[in-house]
Amino acid sequence: MLDDIIIGQYIERDSFIHSLDPRIKILVIIFFIITIFLINAFTGYLFLAFFILVTVLLSKIKVKYIIKSIRPLIFIISFTLIVHLFMTRGGQIIWEWRFLKIEEEGLRMGLFMSLRLIFLVSYTSLLTLTTSPLALTDGLESLLKPFEKIGLPAHELAMMMSIALRFIPTLLEEAQKIMKAQKARGADFESGNLINKAKSLIPLLVPLFVNAFRRADDLALAMEARCYRGGEGRSRMNALLLVNKDYIVLALSFVYLISVGIFL
Amino acid sequence: MSLINIENLHYRYNSKGNWVLKEVDLEVNSGEFVVIVGHNGSGKSTLAKMLNGLLIPTEGDIEINGRSTKDRDNIWNIRQQVGMVFQNPDNQLIANIVEEDVAFGPENLGLESMKIRDRVDWALKEVGMEEFKRHAPHNLSGGQKQRIAIAGVLAMKPKCLVLDEPTAMLDPLGRKSVISTIEKLNKSLGMTVVHITHFMNEAIKADRIIVMDGGRVALEGTPKDIFAKVNQIKKYNLDLPQVAQLALELQKSGLDLPDDIFEVDRLVNLLCSLK
Repeated sequence: MLDDIIIGQYIERDSFIHSLDPRIKILVIIFFIITIFLINAFTGYLFLAFFILVTVLLSKIKVKYIIKSIRPLIFIISFTLIVHLFMTRGGQIIWEWRFLKIEEEGLRMGLFMSLRLIFLVSYTSLLTLTTSPLALTDGLESLLKPFEKIGLPAHELAMMMSIALRFIPTLLEEAQKIMKAQKARGADFESGNLINKAKSLIPLLVPLFVNAFRRADDLALAMEARCYRGGEGRSRMNALLLVNKDYIVLALSFVYLISVGIFL
Repeated sequence: MSLINIENLHYRYNSKGNWVLKEVDLEVNSGEFVVIVGHNGSGKSTLAKMLNGLLIPTEGDIEINGRSTKDRDNIWNIRQQVGMVFQNPDNQLIANIVEEDVAFGPENLGLESMKIRDRVDWALKEVGMEEFKRHAPHNLSGGQKQRIAIAGVLAMKPKCLVLDEPTAMLDPLGRKSVISTIEKLNKSLGMTVVHITHFMNEAIKADRIIVMDGGRVALEGTPKDIFAKVNQIKKYNLDLPQVAQLALELQKSGLDLPDDIFEVDRLVNLLCSLK
């Protein structure tokens, strides 16, 4: 059950990308996403593809994992392509059969949109593949810190995220245990149509939720007993530290963003 | 002066409820190993939560090192001095890497990162888990998780360790490893330990046993004193340690054995030297 979850899957490697500060990686991703939507020509996309390829090679992550992360979105990507192919009008007619028509502009937009989606997913999944969840939440917390002044609870959000990540495997294990226990009592999780299947999940979900609340209560008590009092006055063992290469990468990606903005 | 001083403590969860704790007077001295036993509903877990200010006395007073838990200004100091380990090993680990979890307490105290690193390494070593420091807690056994929880408390450099039924959800092996860790900390570091349990077996090595019943302190004394009061112990729904029970039965059937046999090795040696 655990192997099915690709979102947030982290693969440990000793690479340049892995060693970068998570804050820098998040910023680079944001820059990259902006350029994806700025660029509007095939030569530009060729450049983006090259950029992704270089990052993948630097990260020492197998291309297989990147493709795996795109797979769940195949439906959305092909749907976008087909809708644009047949719906967007403009330019010469390329292909025609009875009422179906593909025009030049449709083909162009369809390809652009699906390429954008593929770039977006593959690049953001590179972030989670090369950054441990803990580093990611730390990075987000410190990036959101300036917004605390306008009332955004940065520390609390990061704490919630890391606790959620911590309890995913625990709750999955528990779900499996409850499922077995209910099956032993004659519960049927597999047969019937979709509605019946959804209904049969109730005896699984109710105890799972009740237990989750009990866990939350215990955890809050344990955190309080260990002097937890929110983000104020709290220090970190592995504090995030920017080094030279982080600044270089940030500067380079900034140059990249500006040049894309100017030339395209 | 004693480390923990409880005077005429009364507690109830709400103003109309029953008293959960009644007329509790206790003292725990620095370096002592105290075991509190009692069956379900005897008030022992409630008492544990009062020791570091998670619950505040309804009447009476608890002082840790001379500071009352009723004064909210003392609370963080008291929680740093009295570390607490709970029953469920899964529900008290916060981070998804062992060393990050151990660092949680010192991080809350706002220490420098180098100092936290030193403390984490030291604490993991004390509980014998240093080789697991980069592991994820959900892949460890119950006993290992509980030792991580102990390390997490140790890293705050407390004066006293309060353990609320830390072995109740563990298998026999895990139980053994946790108990021997606690005993080691008491001996080698001189750590004051208040261990709450309903297993009499775990009380054998205590300096003092406190038997709770119905929210009161029913008996108090050394293991030797307590285990001698067989009938009273039975009355409080508790059992003698198995070895003590066996020794008692052998004594009754006419073997010449001393009263204070609680350990297997000792009984074996004595029986072998009998013939």
